[in-house]
Amino acid sequence: MDEPKKNSETFWRTPLDYKEIKKRKGEVTIIEDLCKGCGFCIEFCPTESLERSDKLNSKGYHPPVFNPENCTGCGFCERVCPEFAIIAEKIEVEVK
Amino acid sequence: MAGKILTGIHYMLGDHACAEGAIAAGCRFFAGYPITPATEVAEWMSRRLPKFGGVYIQMEDELASMAAIIGASCGGMKSMTSTSGPGMSLMMENLGLAVMLEVPCVVVNVQRGAPSTGLPTLVGQGDVMQAKWGSHGDYEIIAYAPASCQEMFDLTIEAFNMAEKYRTPVVILSDEAVGHLREKVVIPEEKAISLIERKKPDVPPEEYLAYKPNGDLVPPMAIAGEGYFVHMTGLTHDERGYPVITGEAHEKLVRRLLDKIQKNKHDIIKYEEIETDDADILIVSYGITARSSLKAVQILRKEGIKAGLLRLITVWPFPYEKIEELSRKVSKIVVAEINSGQVRGEVLKAIKSDLPVIGVHKLGGDLITPYEIIKKIKEE
Amino acid sequence: MGTKTREKIEHPLSKWIREERWPHIWCSGCGLGIAMSSFLYALEELKIDPKDIAIISGIGCTGRIAGYIRVDSYHTTHGRPIPFAIGLKIAKPEMKIVVFSGDGDIIAIGGNHFIHAARRNMDLIVICVNNFNYGMTGGQFGPTTPYKAKTTTTPYGNFEFPFNLPYLAASAGATFVARWTVLHAYNLRQSIKKALQRDGFSFIEVISPCPTGFGRPNKIGEGLDEMKYYKEKSVVKNGIDPKDAELSFHGGNIIVGEFVEIEKPSYMQILKESISQIKEG
Repeated sequence: MDEPKKNSETFWRTPLDYKEIKKRKGEVTIIEDLCKGCGFCIEFCPTESLERSDKLNSKGYHPPVFNPENCTGCGFCERVCPEFAIIAEKIEVEVK
Repeated sequence: MAGKILTGIHYMLGDHACAEGAIAAGCRFFAGYPITPATEVAEWMSRRLPKFGGVYIQMEDELASMAAIIGASCGGMKSMTSTSGPGMSLMMENLGLAVMLEVPCVVVNVQRGAPSTGLPTLVGQGDVMQAKWGSHGDYEIIAYAPASCQEMFDLTIEAFNMAEKYRTPVVILSDEAVGHLREKVVIPEEKAISLIERKKPDVPPEEYLAYKPNGDLVPPMAIAGEGYFVHMTGLTHDERGYPVITGEAHEKLVRRLLDKIQKNKHDIIKYEEIETDDADILIVSYGITARSSLKAVQILRKEGIKAGLLRLITVWPFPYEKIEELSRKVSKIVVAEINSGQVRGEVLKAIKSDLPVIGVHKLGGDLITPYEIIKKIKEE
Repeated sequence: MGTKTREKIEHPLSKWIREERWPHIWCSGCGLGIAMSSFLYALEELKIDPKDIAIISGIGCTGRIAGYIRVDSYHTTHGRPIPFAIGLKIAKPEMKIVVFSGDGDIIAIGGNHFIHAARRNMDLIVICVNNFNYGMTGGQFGPTTPYKAKTTTTPYGNFEFPFNLPYLAASAGATFVARWTVLHAYNLRQSIKKALQRDGFSFIEVISPCPTGFGRPNKIGEGLDEMKYYKEKSVVKNGIDPKDAELSFHGGNIIVGEFVEIEKPSYMQILKESISQIKEG
């Protein structure tokens, strides 16, 4: 049942510039108190990096939690958040 | 040839004099919709304004005309529209917006017989109360009633000055007879015309509050595009211009809007007294009917009857105090107007005694003649 | 792993927002925030000076947008933002004037102003958020409510047919016409950018969920369900005749895209030319 992990690169041959390649990653910050729990970010994240949580914010909504593992920093969660509660940043990391 | 105002002596239509007055006052934006008997104001504006770099735009209706002149004024352009009763009814919505946003602008109503479509080509004076009470809620308005083509010119300039000074819409309550009258109009030299401009903010944007009056009751007005990032809303708002939906905020705002006119009424109210010093009978009238009333006074005086005339130049704010003062000296007051008694009601409100207040009224379509006024005085 | 909550982190759009008025009043699952942010991203990416732009709105949920954006902003009367904007544009020709309002405001009570502004090719960017009902008053039907849809004033289903807004705009003379749902946030931003860079009358319809007024009574569900519906049913068809731009809640598609982009002298261009001729002549 082990599905191949999303975003995991499998190289047939090791590229010569392998060490120099930087992988695009994302950092997502959630301003929890602005969240109204619409779920748009969770539903439409292409890498399923946001999940519903049991946390309650001051308005009584469940803000999402961010799992950075597969995030590519596409920023769609920020664009689709009606509450301006998500800040998505691109970061580049070395490929291990 | 770039535009120049028509300094000189003219034989001019009332509506045209009004439009030329607006141009002399610095009006550079006119949005309107054709309507009898005000169309000639729009026609004159469409011909003259572009020569001054101004803009005439014909809107799809009077709702749009009124909205457009508010928008243009928010952009710093002095602006005006003109209409008659049916259009005035449509303008009432955004007249209230101009009151609430405190946007200077001038609305000309060349009155005709009403209600509804009424008598498009014939005279009426039935929109006096509409000017004051036609838009919903409590508000104060400034309204002039010109009685001659000269006043169509002069009072339009005055209307712009008051609009700018008090950040308020001002109404010219003309009528079909004055609007379509042709007579002598003297247009002074441009430099002889004194103009008042709205107060501008005297603080940088970060300190500016759009609705904070400085000293008096009138806040300085920042126009669009200057970095003040104003927010204006028809909702009840605080000094920042932001909506606040409470009774307290409403009381504060609306009270100031009323006060800025009421407390300055001595600066605004204008009237003309003719032979009132020793008068026993006081005629109160305005607009075209004031001319018949003047003739009536002259005839009565020749007959040895001490009649006098109080001609209202501003109908709003209403000169209650002046009328109360005059009511102490006379034995009766006669109000002549082409409606069923709109100003007569205000006169009754003004006086504190049981002095007879006789109305000479026609409902529209015909002028009130001097003889009709005299007849009524002698009957009562 | 887990949620990071860094305090004081700046949202990339924060300079555009009147933070003292934040957060906004819109319901959970409403798309208005996305329409607003797409617009602000467009301003940000075009590096527009906030001094050079003004927003006019009318009454309704969308009408509140003007009050949240830190530019000169005017919240006018119901249906009248377009004529107000026309006056402001003529007084301030160098500014970009954007009318941001709802379907009830622009198309119902303000419908006449809308078609006439389009006819004039007036230099305005009109962004009309269509949520298929009057949201602010609690969900009544309007001129965009689908046939048979339930609202608080169509308890037996809507007896009327809705407008096709892009078709209406194009027929009236709009020279740029697009439609996107709020799910198409990127495309929407691109179209807004395009509209901000052109003269004449640009019209963008933004389809947005309204769970409170439209989604729930019509058993579509929450805002998220309406968004999933857009994802499933939206088909991008750039350049098609807007009369074929179907918008169906009865099993058909939601056609989105940029439908019209034509060159035609704009009102302000003609006005400027005419006035300089008249002044000289």
